[in-house]
Amino acid sequence: MEFFFDSLASAFSLLASLDPELYFIIYVSLKVSLSSTLLASMVGIPAGFLISLNQFPGRRALITVLNSLMALPTVVVGLTVYAFISRRGPLGTLELLYTQTAMVIGQVILILPIVTSLTIAAVTRVDDLYRKTAMTLGAGTFQTWMAIFREARFGIVAAVIASFGRVIAEIGISMMLGGNAKGYTRTMTTAMALEYDKGEFVLSVALGLVLLLISLAVNAGLNRIQGSAGL
Amino acid sequence: MFFRVLISVFLASLLGWSGTSFGVGKFMTLKMSTTTSTENSGLLDVLLPEFTKKTGIRIMVFAKGTGAAIHDGMEGNVDLIFVHAKKREEEFVAKGYGAYRLEVMYNDFVLVGPSSDPAGIRGLKDVAEAFKRIALKKALFISRGDQSGTHIKEQEIWRKTGVRLKERSVVIFKGGRKKAIPLTHPEGLGEWYLSIGQGMGKTLTFAEEKRAYTLTDRGTYLKFKFGRAIGLALEILCQGDPRLHNPYGVIPLNPNRFPHVKFAQAERFARWLVSPQGQGIIGSYKIAGRQVFFPAHPFSASMGR
Repeated sequence: MEFFFDSLASAFSLLASLDPELYFIIYVSLKVSLSSTLLASMVGIPAGFLISLNQFPGRRALITVLNSLMALPTVVVGLTVYAFISRRGPLGTLELLYTQTAMVIGQVILILPIVTSLTIAAVTRVDDLYRKTAMTLGAGTFQTWMAIFREARFGIVAAVIASFGRVIAEIGISMMLGGNAKGYTRTMTTAMALEYDKGEFVLSVALGLVLLLISLAVNAGLNRIQGSAGL
Repeated sequence: MFFRVLISVFLASLLGWSGTSFGVGKFMTLKMSTTTSTENSGLLDVLLPEFTKKTGIRIMVFAKGTGAAIHDGMEGNVDLIFVHAKKREEEFVAKGYGAYRLEVMYNDFVLVGPSSDPAGIRGLKDVAEAFKRIALKKALFISRGDQSGTHIKEQEIWRKTGVRLKERSVVIFKGGRKKAIPLTHPEGLGEWYLSIGQGMGKTLTFAEEKRAYTLTDRGTYLKFKFGRAIGLALEILCQGDPRLHNPYGVIPLNPNRFPHVKFAQAERFARWLVSPQGQGIIGSYKIAGRQVFFPAHPFSASMGR
């Protein structure tokens, strides 16, 4: 138990010391995770709407594929993207490997199925009457979507939260595509892995606690959107 | 309302994108793949800032096993590599991936194990003999199993013991052609010989938990034994065999093969590592009062003082 209390105390003293290195790690984590969550949401939420509000051949198969892609392992994404953006890969000249952009690309691929699938689930739950009523009242496609969005809001924000949770906590992609370079692509999870590798368990757990605190803060913010009607 | 707040946070995070990239501004940045031992030992933390101060060139470090670091070099993903597997490094240069190799420093491997020493190897000089006794006793042995410099050395030693080995090779496709990755281990894999595929630090932790033997570089061992609050319970049981010599080399990538690399700067760093200043820093780096790496050119180091 002493180990745990040591870690807890270290976590707070780390945060309180305003150590620039620590804050930069947190900054990189948030920047990369928020960017990938935003990009994946911008594509995934409309895609979810399109898939759930339209009938087309292969729709069920597509939904099944999306659902199974939710279990995509991070190392598979990492390796595949690595093969493409490595210097000798097809996109090698873009010099993307070991950059924050590479991490975002990998993370977007990772969570796109999650946002889309969970959006489909949320939209499908909304009674079809909303759509019909909105359309009878003369709403165009966009206004109809907005009406459904308001109803499905809770589930859609849950989709965004789940995606953010997945990327802020993942390590495989960040390690393989970011490379854990100090002051550039080192995130909270890769820093934890490094500290563990160095045998500094206390620091590793302390970073883990910081990660939890930050996730708590971000989720508290998102939660209030779920509850509020003021869009 | 909160939705708007959220969107502005998102947008701000995107806007912040361009501003803070590494290498923007007055610094020139080199990419270097290296082994976990140079980073985990803390050496790079004292070495690199000095070089940056002197030249304004910053070095971005990607630490991994020697196998993966060399692979990074073969793909042209970095400007230079700093690793410890002499044969493979020379091959790397001979095949045209690297421009040349400079020997920077050395330390040595040590065989560590629990103080109870079930195989009775304490004080042995001959490391092959020690390995043999471990195999005969079927005492638990943890192998890195990741084709790192340490793992390559371990396989070399097993081949010298005379115990029955299994030579496996994993066949993969490389450039459309079959290629075998050789893997040597004694019989008893999964029983007393565990191949865990992890870095040095994780392997030491694993061996400590299991009260097992393992081969480690001295630097990482010292860091785990004396560089932290609760020291590692494993002890050095066999050391000093010339076979355990562990040289580190730096190799700038070959600009003829990889025209995009920052060769001039990489070369400057490589030459600085073997200069009196670089050698002096390496020689005076200590963990808990113990020297970790020995400069390969001590003469130039002493001239620098």
